[in-house]
Amino acid sequence: MSTELHEPPPEALEDAEAAAAEAARVAAPEIIAGSLGEYAGIWLKRVRSGESGALPVVIGLVAIVVYFQVRNSLFLSAGNLVNLMVQGAPFIIFGMAEVFVLLLGEIDLSVGFNAANGAVIMAWLAFTVPWWAAILAGLAFTAAVGALWGILITRLRLPSFVVTLAGLLGLQGVMISLVARSGRGPGGSIPISSTIINDLANGNLSPMAGWVVMIVLVVLFGASMILRDRQRRGSGLVAPPASITALKIAVMAAAGVVVVLIGNTNRGVMVPLRGVPWVVLIVLGLLAMWTALLSRTRFGRYVYAIGGNAEAARRAGVNLGMVRTLAFILCGLTAGVAGIIYSSRLGSISTDIDGGELVLFAVASAVIGGTALFGGRGKMLHALLGGLVVAVIYNGLGLLGLSSAATYIVTALVLLGAVIVDTLARRGRAAQ
Amino acid sequence: MVTTPSADDGARPAPAARAPSPAAPAPAPADSTGHEPLLRLKGIGKNFGPVQALADINLDIPAGQVTAILGDNGAGKTTLIKTISGIWQPDGGQIFWMGKPVHLHGPRDAADLGIATVYQDLALCDNLDIVQNMFLGREMLRHRQLDEIRMELSAKSTLSGLSVMTVRSIRQPVGSLSGGQRQAVAVARAVMQEARLVIMDEPTAALGVTQTRIVLDLIGRLAGRDIAVVVISHNLNDVMSVADRMAVLHLGRLAAVGPAARFDTQVIVDLMTTGTSTRLNTATAEHRVPPPPTPDSQAADEAAHAPGSGAGPEAHGDGIHAGREAQ
Repeated sequence: MSTELHEPPPEALEDAEAAAAEAARVAAPEIIAGSLGEYAGIWLKRVRSGESGALPVVIGLVAIVVYFQVRNSLFLSAGNLVNLMVQGAPFIIFGMAEVFVLLLGEIDLSVGFNAANGAVIMAWLAFTVPWWAAILAGLAFTAAVGALWGILITRLRLPSFVVTLAGLLGLQGVMISLVARSGRGPGGSIPISSTIINDLANGNLSPMAGWVVMIVLVVLFGASMILRDRQRRGSGLVAPPASITALKIAVMAAAGVVVVLIGNTNRGVMVPLRGVPWVVLIVLGLLAMWTALLSRTRFGRYVYAIGGNAEAARRAGVNLGMVRTLAFILCGLTAGVAGIIYSSRLGSISTDIDGGELVLFAVASAVIGGTALFGGRGKMLHALLGGLVVAVIYNGLGLLGLSSAATYIVTALVLLGAVIVDTLARRGRAAQ
Repeated sequence: MVTTPSADDGARPAPAARAPSPAAPAPAPADSTGHEPLLRLKGIGKNFGPVQALADINLDIPAGQVTAILGDNGAGKTTLIKTISGIWQPDGGQIFWMGKPVHLHGPRDAADLGIATVYQDLALCDNLDIVQNMFLGREMLRHRQLDEIRMELSAKSTLSGLSVMTVRSIRQPVGSLSGGQRQAVAVARAVMQEARLVIMDEPTAALGVTQTRIVLDLIGRLAGRDIAVVVISHNLNDVMSVADRMAVLHLGRLAAVGPAARFDTQVIVDLMTTGTSTRLNTATAEHRVPPPPTPDSQAADEAAHAPGSGAGPEAHGDGIHAGREAQ
């Protein structure tokens, strides 16, 4: 007995090695790498062990883009790319809405028709009240619906799948009835009377403003990254190597330049038309705001905690019902924004809107981007990446003149592929 | 050797308490400062319908010492710690915290006093990193935002104070840690929240040899910081190597309680299975409660009295591990 304890247990050494490998595999490379070379090495190790982060999405996106460009050289034209940004915005924002609840391990199937109702209320009120009041009213409605789901799910402990499935059906009925009662929608479609609301999706920054905004954003974001690293180093904590931070800022600046260059290219047919669409700023603004909310506040931390282990969060004193309800409210609110952008692009809101399809695109965007379906893992950025993939497929297939049937099937296959990749990666992690 | 592993042994009263002094009859042992024990249970009883889970439990839990609670399945160990940690209210008796009577209406009350419970599982979020887990529910804020730098520094110093963590980064998700490391994170969490009493439920269950070592070291260091530690375990070896005091439960009653040195494996096994032991020196144990004379226990009693009886560790299998040969 005692000799056993004296001998160094053989598993100790293996343990140490395994722990080091494990750390390299699961920790973000920033926090353990000392140099650029080490960073690349750790990153490669993570990719090989299934923790690939955003890589598959980006590779997939590039592959799809190349495919469409080969099939139709108009795909990468400035006109189509700007169109793609505007088309993709609602998918991305719907995806962001879904991320809030997916992180909890819940789902909201009603976002499509909830957003449609918000848009109907906005379009209806825009005839009589100022544009901002109309928007606020629409958003208040969608947030209230989110609150209702949250209360039903947390107080009565109903499964979110069923509650929001009922919402999907019920809200479609509410929407049809609202449009009929408004008296503004002959033929089931309410036009948007406010030019400002119409410009949300269709207006452009002036070319000069585009450059200014881009430079300001890159400088702000870059400065905040450098400042944070410096604070960490100043406090004696590990910070990412400066070369990594520089590389990230460079990539971001390059992306900004490309977007502004595309936007500022004349895409008009008869009259010159140039400028970055407003909607790009709206998407980036939401991305920044919700990312900060999830990563820098107690609420955000609790969302991840509940998604990871609700019982542990409860024992730590987290008010589960409150956090869950708030997440559903934010989901509804964000969906409301998506609905406004969607109707702004079309210039009207019609009862023909397919809220069921929008939900599927929303979930697809979040999951394709890398958000786990079972809670605890995901970022707002995933909705952006996934939403772009969905938009590219949607846009590209349209450009090729393929039917909506093909769009559904291809999107379904991509979603299935994303879930398979996610599940296999998780199984790989569990097995190790 | 299996002794209490602690670098700062001198700071704790434990070794003194261990030495079996012939003149140690005091039924209510005050801690080294001569004051009331940190926690005192007086006549605690708990019923679930007709089932008496706990009856007349008198137990002192002094600061700076490791108190092991032993007992077979169903002996009332879990009920006892749940009563201490405020999950269940006792039906009778009184709880004293630093000499003052307290009523624990919920886990919050216990937490506010400084009672932290480290559960065997369900305590950590695998997707959050070590710092995030340690501060879960008590995040530090600066300008209404999470103050990550202050939290990370504080977590770092707590962990190095316990000197158990050998992880490369405390920003790695808890899901990637080994069992012992997870336990260490949970304990560090309790320490950081300035717990005065840490209750550990089966801390070494399902851990390998190395990992068990880590956790036992950690328990020793906790006591060294003048924290009261209550350990519940099936593993007699582990308990014996770390406990300063032992309390053995049998069928909801306290069969015996006293300094660990007065118990050996055979005695504990006797107490756990029958509620009594002929080998226990009743003069030196603080007190012992005779078990209710159920036919069951009488039979077991006879078995224990029989020469070369089968009441040894092997016969009782499962949770009980062979003796004290290690010492």
